[in-house]
Amino acid sequence: MRDETRVPLVEVKDLKKYYPVKGGVITHTIGFVKAVDGVSFSIAKGQTLGLVGESGCGKSTIGRQLVGLETPTAGHIYYNGCDLSAVRENKKQMKQLRTKLQMVFQDPYSSLNPRKHIYEILAQPMLYHHISTRATVEQDILRLLDMVGLPRTVLGRYPHEFSGGQRQRIGIARALSLNPEFIVCDEPVSALDVSIQAQILNLLKELQKELGLTLLFVGHGLGAVNYVSDRIAVMYMGQIVEIGEAGEVFRHPVHPYTKALLEAVLIPDTGQKKEERKLLQGEVGSSMNPPEGCRFHSRCPYAVEQCKQETPGLREVDLAGARQAACPVVLARMQEAKHG
Amino acid sequence: MVNHRKRIFRKKAAYAVADAEGYREQDIHSESYLQTVWRRFKRHHLATVSLAVVAVVAGAALLAPVIAPYDPTEIAGAFAQPPSKDFWLGTDLIGRDMLSRLLYATRISLLVGVMATLISTVIGVILGLVAGYFGGVADMVIMRFTDMVMSFPYILLVLVAAAIFKPGLWNIILILGFVDWPGIARLVRGNVLNLRETNFVKGNIVAGMSLWHILFSEILPNTVAPILVYATSVLALSILDEAALSFLGQGVQPPTASLGNMLNGAQSVTVLTSQPWLWITPGLLIVVIVMAINFIGDALRDALDPNGGLG
Repeated sequence: MRDETRVPLVEVKDLKKYYPVKGGVITHTIGFVKAVDGVSFSIAKGQTLGLVGESGCGKSTIGRQLVGLETPTAGHIYYNGCDLSAVRENKKQMKQLRTKLQMVFQDPYSSLNPRKHIYEILAQPMLYHHISTRATVEQDILRLLDMVGLPRTVLGRYPHEFSGGQRQRIGIARALSLNPEFIVCDEPVSALDVSIQAQILNLLKELQKELGLTLLFVGHGLGAVNYVSDRIAVMYMGQIVEIGEAGEVFRHPVHPYTKALLEAVLIPDTGQKKEERKLLQGEVGSSMNPPEGCRFHSRCPYAVEQCKQETPGLREVDLAGARQAACPVVLARMQEAKHG
Repeated sequence: MVNHRKRIFRKKAAYAVADAEGYREQDIHSESYLQTVWRRFKRHHLATVSLAVVAVVAGAALLAPVIAPYDPTEIAGAFAQPPSKDFWLGTDLIGRDMLSRLLYATRISLLVGVMATLISTVIGVILGLVAGYFGGVADMVIMRFTDMVMSFPYILLVLVAAAIFKPGLWNIILILGFVDWPGIARLVRGNVLNLRETNFVKGNIVAGMSLWHILFSEILPNTVAPILVYATSVLALSILDEAALSFLGQGVQPPTASLGNMLNGAQSVTVLTSQPWLWITPGLLIVVIVMAINFIGDALRDALDPNGGLG
């Protein structure tokens, strides 16, 4: 499996993003929200990594940092082997790199300028980056519209004349217009009707295959993420707790949090339910003052004394699909079961 | 038309659903943004009338050299004559024709109002854009400066400026222009703060578009509506301020006529009581112009409101 296509296009090392919290009578920093706290992963060229977790776990922050909308507090992002923070210093290089990293936004209603028609929205970036010329730009736009499945007649229309799904298609067309290699999809379907979600997911999947794109798919709809992703990373409070091949993670979750996340998904009651659903107790801890040791220990049904003291790192699990998980208890138990 | 549509339907059958929607929309006459604004503006009858009034007054002012019966500075008749066949609105204290002076005065007052509004809008928009988009230190400095200008008693400022420089037409324009911008700067800053966080601005940042493009092509067009509404009230205020300053003798200097300095004569009780034609017409004209502009502003606010839907 480790052939040419497996060379990582995007590599993230120990990424951190802390937001200062201001307060007090004389405004000063009283603490930090640790939105992303030491995340590492890589995405192979042409692959899709799904990033799941509950609201506020830092998954969108990672996406925004990857496209350069936010600067990491610490850690590195490598794109094709070059360090993004080093490229940032060089304006000209950065301008070139920008076109390679694009983003599809969550809310299609605010992602298009209401005062511009579709032609302007799509043409301006292409002309600015000399990807197209005045003579060819119309042809290029029509080609893009075909790709995302919009009729060619929409050119002179304004965003308010479109439905959410159509707008998201325009958003995807805009991201594609600069011939990117890597696209961050920040919950691209969570603002859409369920019937439209499938269309957009299929479109993304097709385009990825056709154009050889590399995607980071951020989402909290587990089914959607599983459907489009090759690999999945599960996040909890700014850290990755489990990562592995999509289907595998869903069929055999290792980490207690992944299990809880999957059990929370409602399944139609067909009378075949064998065991009671185990729902998580307690609240997500404060990301300003995260629990010591494993961040999940206060809600974890398997927690032992060790979990309160040691912060677990990602470890290889002896399962199919290059699985890694950050839970020593479960790993030890699996080890025992194997040898004993 | 139908054939044409069928042909395209066949050609692009793959996108049938989207197409059907698209063509249905096309059949309904889709109006441009300006058409929508105009349709909604027309619902305000008072504003429509005001627009006509302003158009007539501005037209008369523009055409003053053509329609004025006398030279406004020429002593054409007896002193302080009441309205007559020769002098429709009478003559002033030194025998100049009131109607001619009124036409030229309206010209000057509108010029002061429009120019002062233009200057304050440009200053306000630029400072507001910079403060809102860059934030941090720039925002701090600009907004504290704005607070300072806002809290300054501007009559005093104008009197001092008029004392240092010679009072005159262009000085009063510049002074009013540099005093009226803080409101616009605040308004624009607030809007930019919101727009900066929208996805379409972020999308443009991700696309690596230039700062110039983001500020003036993405953000500014989305703040034009509130700026326009605010500018109408600045216009009305500038005209009032000019009248006040000229009335005090610190604005437009005679012999140039402005609506304010024509009222100057009304400072004496004899004029107020026994020669009302000297102050009623210029006073009334100021009231009518300012009111009409304010009505237009109110209607614009409704017509341009993006939350008003398309109805």
